[in-house]
Amino acid sequence: MAASGDPVTVLAEPQVGPGPDPAALDKPRAIDPGRARVDRIFHGSARTVGGLVLVLIGSIGVFLGLQSIPTLRHYGWSFFTQSSWDPAFDKLGIAAVLVGTFEVALVAMVFAFPLALATAIYISDYAPARAKSTLVALVDLMAAVPSIVWGLWGFFLLEPRAIYVARWLNTYVGWLPFFHVDTDPRAAVWSQTRYTASAFIAGMAVAMMVLPMACAVMRGVFDLAPIGEREAALALGSTRWGVVRSVVLPFGRGGIVGGTMLALGRALGETISVVLIISPAFDIKFRPLEVGTETISALIAGRFGEATSSQLSALLTAGFVLFLITLVTNTIAATVVNRSRNGAATEI
Amino acid sequence: MRTRTADDLAALLGSAAASLAVVWVLFGQVLAWSGTLGFLVCWYLAFLGLYVVVTALSNPRHVVWARVAATWIHAGVAVVAAGLGTAVVYTFVQGAPALAHVNFFTQDMAGVGPTAPLSRGGILHAIVGSIIEIAIASAVSVPLGVATAVFMTEVGGRFSRIVRTVVEAMTALPSIVAGLFIYTTLIVSLHLPRTGFTAAMAISVMMLPIIARAADVALRVVPGGLREAGLALGASQWETVRRIVLPTARPGLATAVILGVARSVGETSPVLLTSGASTYFNANPFQDPMNSLPLFVFSSVRSGEPLYIQRGFGAASVLLAGVLVLFVITRLVARSSGVRRSRVRQRASSS
Repeated sequence: MAASGDPVTVLAEPQVGPGPDPAALDKPRAIDPGRARVDRIFHGSARTVGGLVLVLIGSIGVFLGLQSIPTLRHYGWSFFTQSSWDPAFDKLGIAAVLVGTFEVALVAMVFAFPLALATAIYISDYAPARAKSTLVALVDLMAAVPSIVWGLWGFFLLEPRAIYVARWLNTYVGWLPFFHVDTDPRAAVWSQTRYTASAFIAGMAVAMMVLPMACAVMRGVFDLAPIGEREAALALGSTRWGVVRSVVLPFGRGGIVGGTMLALGRALGETISVVLIISPAFDIKFRPLEVGTETISALIAGRFGEATSSQLSALLTAGFVLFLITLVTNTIAATVVNRSRNGAATEI
Repeated sequence: MRTRTADDLAALLGSAAASLAVVWVLFGQVLAWSGTLGFLVCWYLAFLGLYVVVTALSNPRHVVWARVAATWIHAGVAVVAAGLGTAVVYTFVQGAPALAHVNFFTQDMAGVGPTAPLSRGGILHAIVGSIIEIAIASAVSVPLGVATAVFMTEVGGRFSRIVRTVVEAMTALPSIVAGLFIYTTLIVSLHLPRTGFTAAMAISVMMLPIIARAADVALRVVPGGLREAGLALGASQWETVRRIVLPTARPGLATAVILGVARSVGETSPVLLTSGASTYFNANPFQDPMNSLPLFVFSSVRSGEPLYIQRGFGAASVLLAGVLVLFVITRLVARSSGVRRSRVRQRASSS
């Protein structure tokens, strides 16, 4: 029974007839009224769309993986060690193609990394303040230039001039196996065709394609460097480069690595510039200055037309390997950026 | 008080001129090397050496290092600017002979041989083909992508985290593999002919994760306080999304969508595998091969015929101009919304 000072009995007292059941009054009222009906429809349809998209694009990865099973069953591990691609003799392997892919990507990163870093530092520290937004827009515009334009640039404009650089490298540093080309560079009439269509020239075209991406990520990170630390360095008498070296670069380490890995992932998958420039050659050699190389994407673009179903399966396996490599590179990039000091503020 | 004295300026210009003179004599005459690229590289290295020596004569060591770093940074920017500038200018210059003819934009290549003069034939079929394919691909990818982004940011939960992981993983898919996927499933397995529709499907496979991810970023920028304010005022979540979140994110979403479309317009690899490089005008995406601008450029520059190559450069110029226009539209959309919002803020703060 309720005590006389209990508010329930105080309120219930003036009533005539039996009051409300105290046990029912003690039950807690439900605070959460549940979701409104329009919200349940919204959540349901959003979940449906999300599931549909998940199925659509997830099935691509699953399909690629499933297609590689018959290929690997047929060729076994020799698929990864065989360097020649002779469908007529049933000898297929992506060893040389993998080496070529990494070669072109490595040359591209050697050119793209310092250029992207220099441009990012320039935009964040050296550029006049009024020009900054224009420069950022120009870098984004460079990222939007179609890849076929870079392929045309590399093939028609760059190649006739770059073969001289390749010959110079072969002449003076050709004793290093990396810079060697199998021809006499000091001959009176030197064979130009031995230096064309090489991984070096394709790498330069790919570098121009991927450097805006790396530059955008690096610049985004450099802009987040705390202004207080910059001003402190300047107040202590540092030069502009001193500020960059002591504040901006250590702060932006994660962004630099992340941007480079992202650019590397894109460089590994670049097709059209490579197809326009190189001439296919299936041998494992680490000589980017020499004519002839092949990448996985160029292989697919070149061979899909005349491929029978087993060769198509082999091409799909090669594409799946490329996708896995690119996926690993992008995941490492995202992890490095997320764990760094500027972490989740940057989107890559 | 200026940071750069006349002495600094004289050191810079003097080193540049002196190194140019030295390299001119040594490069061409004494060492008998050749090539413009090599000349520029040698000039830069000689300039760097001379500038270090001149600066070290009157400045402490850390200033010398700072000047060296500044020259490296400015040289890097110059190389990037030269690369971009020469690519754009070269494309337009090489395509100018073809662009000067009106028939380039009004005719197609049906019945026109590779050696025909530039007054015959055009890329109308490629332009229309590109527009139709991009329109179909956008009609499929943009609603799905934006809806997925809304799902990932607004609904949340463990399922949305799985979807987000898969979407981010698929942005790593190379475009050639997307084309190969559509080729294998639609064209080889289902025996569909190579039409504009299959090309549009390949483009949308490539475009969907990119748009979903960019729209997701645009939606996440919307402050959570706005959503909470809407819910606190009694709106349902659907009303909050429809009336508060989406209008706030509209410029960011528009930028994401237009940039995604601009990137997909220039992609050659998906269309290379899934549609044919036809020569006649075709506006039906479900029947007969449909040519598009990147495919036309690719097939014409590989032909080896000089006039055909010029047509290819003309088509590349049109493609480049189209991407530029889309980009300017993006900037205008972003800037107009930014100005509108700051004006609202000014009015609010003054009242």
